[in-house]
Order: sequence, then C-alpha cells, then structure tokens
Amino acid sequence: MDPIGWLGHILLDPLGRAFFLRALIAAILVGTVCAVVGTYVVLKGLAFIGDAVSHAAFPGVVAAFLLGANYFVGAAVAAVGTALSIGFVSRRTQLRLDTTVGVVFAGTFALGIFLYSTIHGFVMDLMGLLFGNVLLISFNDLLGLVVLGLLVLAVIVVLWKELLYATFDPLGAAASGLPVELLEYVFLAVVALTIVVSLKAVGIILVVAMLVTPAATAQLLTVRFGRMMALAIVVGIVSAVIGLYVSLWADAASGATIVLIETALFLAAMTLGPRTGLLAKLRRAD
Amino acid sequence: MTDERIDILMEDVSAGYGTKAALEDVHLEVPAGSLLAVVGPNGAGKSTLLKVVAGLLKPWSGSVEVLGKPPGRAAHRIAYVPQAEMVDWQFPVTVEDVVTMGRYPKLGWVKRPGAADRQAVADALEQVGMADHRRTQIGSLSGGQRRRVFLARALAAEPDLFLLDEPVTGVDATTQEDLMDILEDQAKRGRTVVATTHDLACAAQRFQRVAGVNRTVVAQGPASLILDPEVLAKIYGGHLLVVGGQTYLMDDAHHHDEAASGERHFHAESEPAGTHRGGKD
Repeated sequence: MDPIGWLGHILLDPLGRAFFLRALIAAILVGTVCAVVGTYVVLKGLAFIGDAVSHAAFPGVVAAFLLGANYFVGAAVAAVGTALSIGFVSRRTQLRLDTTVGVVFAGTFALGIFLYSTIHGFVMDLMGLLFGNVLLISFNDLLGLVVLGLLVLAVIVVLWKELLYATFDPLGAAASGLPVELLEYVFLAVVALTIVVSLKAVGIILVVAMLVTPAATAQLLTVRFGRMMALAIVVGIVSAVIGLYVSLWADAASGATIVLIETALFLAAMTLGPRTGLLAKLRRAD
Repeated sequence: MTDERIDILMEDVSAGYGTKAALEDVHLEVPAGSLLAVVGPNGAGKSTLLKVVAGLLKPWSGSVEVLGKPPGRAAHRIAYVPQAEMVDWQFPVTVEDVVTMGRYPKLGWVKRPGAADRQAVADALEQVGMADHRRTQIGSLSGGQRRRVFLARALAAEPDLFLLDEPVTGVDATTQEDLMDILEDQAKRGRTVVATTHDLACAAQRFQRVAGVNRTVVAQGPASLILDPEVLAKIYGGHLLVVGGQTYLMDDAHHHDEAASGERHFHAESEPAGTHRGGKD
C-alpha cells in the first residue's frame, strides 16, 4: 500500500465528519487555554487548587441538571464560587492552604455524588462527566467553549504583566501599588472558568493534567516566561490533536488519550531536555 | 538637604500577624533624604515595620503616614525589596525581566514597556554592575548578584522611598560596598532609604541614621548611636553577651519575622545554584 496515501487517508478522512471537526476545534481551544492559564498555575504552585476546583464543578453540573439550568452556568457558578472561597479562606485563617483545599475538595465532590445519587434512572452520563468525551461535543457546547475560552484569554492578555509581577514577587508588586489581592481573586476566577471550559473535553478527574502538564513540560525546557507559555501552548495543542486521532483509531477515551500524550511529552522533556534532562545530567557527571 | 519634610511618620503603631503582636507603640520619624538602618535582634519586628510602611500589613492601631499619605496611597513612589528567601529563584525570568518589573506599576494597565522603560532598565543594570548578565536566568546568579538585581529593579522604578529588607545580608564585601555606595548616592539626591540589617558594623559606618527595634522602636538617631553600649543593651537585651569586657552579639542572620498567612518562602533555593547544577557560567 502507498504509505503517503494511507497516511493522508487516516489524517484527512475524519476531518470530513462534523463531530470530529467540532472535537478538534474544542480540543485545540482547551489545549491552548489550559496551557496559558497553567503557566501561571504551575509558577504560583496552585496545581492542587486546580484539582479541588474541578471537583467542585461536579455538584454545580448536577444541580444545573436537576434545576433544568444551563450546564456551563451550573459549572461556572460552582467552580468560581469555590475558587474564590478557597482564596478568601486562605487569606483569613490560620489553617494551611493545603488543609483548606483538602476539606473543600472532598466536601464539594461528596455533594456532587449525593445530588447525583438522588437522580433516578441514570439519565445523566456520569462517565462523561467524570472523564469527559470531546468526541460527543455538541455545536452549542462548542459555542459555549469558544465564548468562555476567549474570555479567559482576553483577561490574561490584559493582565499579563501585572499577573507576572504578582506571581513572581507578590510583596514587591503590592508595595509598588498593584492590587495583588484583587489580581489573586481574578486569577482564581480565571482558573475556575478554564476548568469549566475543559470539563467536556477531559472531565473532572483529568482537568488538572491539562492545566499542569504542558506548563510543567515547558518549564523543563526554557528559562524565559514568554517562551514557557509559548511552549506550553505547543505541547497543549500537539497533544490535543494527536490524542484525538489516536482515541478515534483506538476507540479509546479521548480525554485520557490526550492526557497520556501530554504525559509522554513531559517524560520526554524530563529525560531528553538539554537543560534539566536526566541524560544531560548523566553526561555532565562523567 | 535641609528641608524638614518627614517621609515616614509613625505614632502609637501596633501591628502583628493573627493575634500575635510583632510591634507595639512604635514611634518613628524619618526625614526625607535619610539613609536609615533598622537594626534589632531576630523576631524583633524589623521586617514587620518595613511591611507596615510599605502598606503590606495593616497596623492594628496608631497612625502611619508615608510620603505624606496613609500607607499604600503613595505606592507608585515606593520601591520595596523583599528578603532573598521570599523569591522563587527557579522562576523563569532573566535579570532584565526582573528589573523591567520595576517599571510595570507606573506603566499602567495593558501598556507594554517602551523605549524609555528599556533605557531606565539598562541604566539601572549599569549602575549595579549587572549589564553583562542581563540575559541570565536569576537562579544561576550568586547571592550578591541577586541582591544587585533587586536593587536595580528598585532603581528602575525611580522611587522617592526605598524599603529594603536585608539588602546586604549574605553578600560579599565588594557587593556590600557597591550597594551602599548606590544607596548613599540616592539619599544624597533627596530620596529616602530605609533598610533592615543584621550587620551593626555596616549600620554604624555606612548609614546616616539608625532605628533600633525590639518589639518597638527603642532608639532612633544618628548612626553613631549604636556604638553606645547602653543603646545596644536596650535593642538587643538578652542577645548580648559580655565576656571579659568585650560585648558579643548572639544573633542568626537567617532567621526572620513570622510570615503572614499565604506567604511562600524559598529557603531551599536561596543558595546559588551554579555549583551543583552545572549549566551556565
């Protein structure tokens, strides 16, 4: 068989199908938004908060279903509300941040399970909620994703340098007049919206990987902030596209496949990276 | 030089973290153009004093006026440099990136740095002798170079008031002299410089005024004040050890005030990374 023709066949054929095209657009958008926001999340050390907020979206989604409200509204209200309360509590109490997050994390998820168990007849797709399925995304869902995704990107573009300064040196930034506390809350809201955008694609359990892994991979490869974000976007998009095709061929869960590709790229950067790579370190040790 | 403007005025100020007081009944007066060293033992509240002036910590009571306004209201005219361990040195920024941040607050929202900002950054780097390292990631700098970079960031902001937390702690003698020359020059131009320090010799020789802190300001005046054993005893109390007519100071420069909740510290990263990481330089 002609290998080039075969490859073209495999890559181009799915593009003719509307569901795949929708999934591709959604996955690329999610990959981009998660990489951009994830760069700040990784540098701020907020990975655990991302995980907690994604679990907090669960009761919001179930409540929206029970009340007949919009999916995105339910998820966004729950996620943003939780993110802001974690921020508030961590600033006002003596408890360590990871303790607070741990409590909120489990509590909100339990509320989601509780609400879900009151629905009889399993009309809602629990697996889809927990693990996502971007291949099943509807046109209206895609529209919601695009609106929220662009909103998140716009906030980051506007606050780029202020967020950078406040992330790097919160004390210096606050003393020179930047509203660091307000920026912190805005950023937590942005993280929450990013998670809402990603839920349909990768689900509650794996969102944190989309947020953290591309940025972590990029941090292994560069020492400049701008380049770190650019590289994270590349990793996010490449993983989304490859993951989507692989999940189609292998008939496997799309979210998990995307996250596996991201993880593979992270491991590659960790072993082969010119700066921090284990191979380079071994060579230097000689 | 002789104008009587007071840049920092604190009266009856108490402040602390949670329910624990770090400072009580503080009275402090810093005339414009001062080069003031804030000295005192560990946990005496030196950093807390600086944070109150910087508007980073709201005092529990008393009145504070900074550059003629309540703290935080004249923030654009203030440059604050935190202690070295408050910074994540593995953060992906270069020397030039850090110094450029000093320009951000005056730039305003959305705007990106322009030619004037780049010039100010280049000048500041030149002044601290770090122009050749401008593309270096901050983690591969030595302790002294890191303090130089943060002073450059403060210079690039062109402030009227410098607030520096331990700017010469853990740096080599040359760097200490260089940094003090720069601060002295800024004070001569009428800017006010307030720096906490553990180094009494440096405070006595290189600063013009001192404020001795031990949970309150116990003494303030010309730098020669801290050569007076009585004043020293007031500031250091139990930290002083008199052996055979010699006075020794028992203190640990790496300890600092209790942190506010939510602050991140990076003690593990505070040593220069160059030696064990290989890589640059």
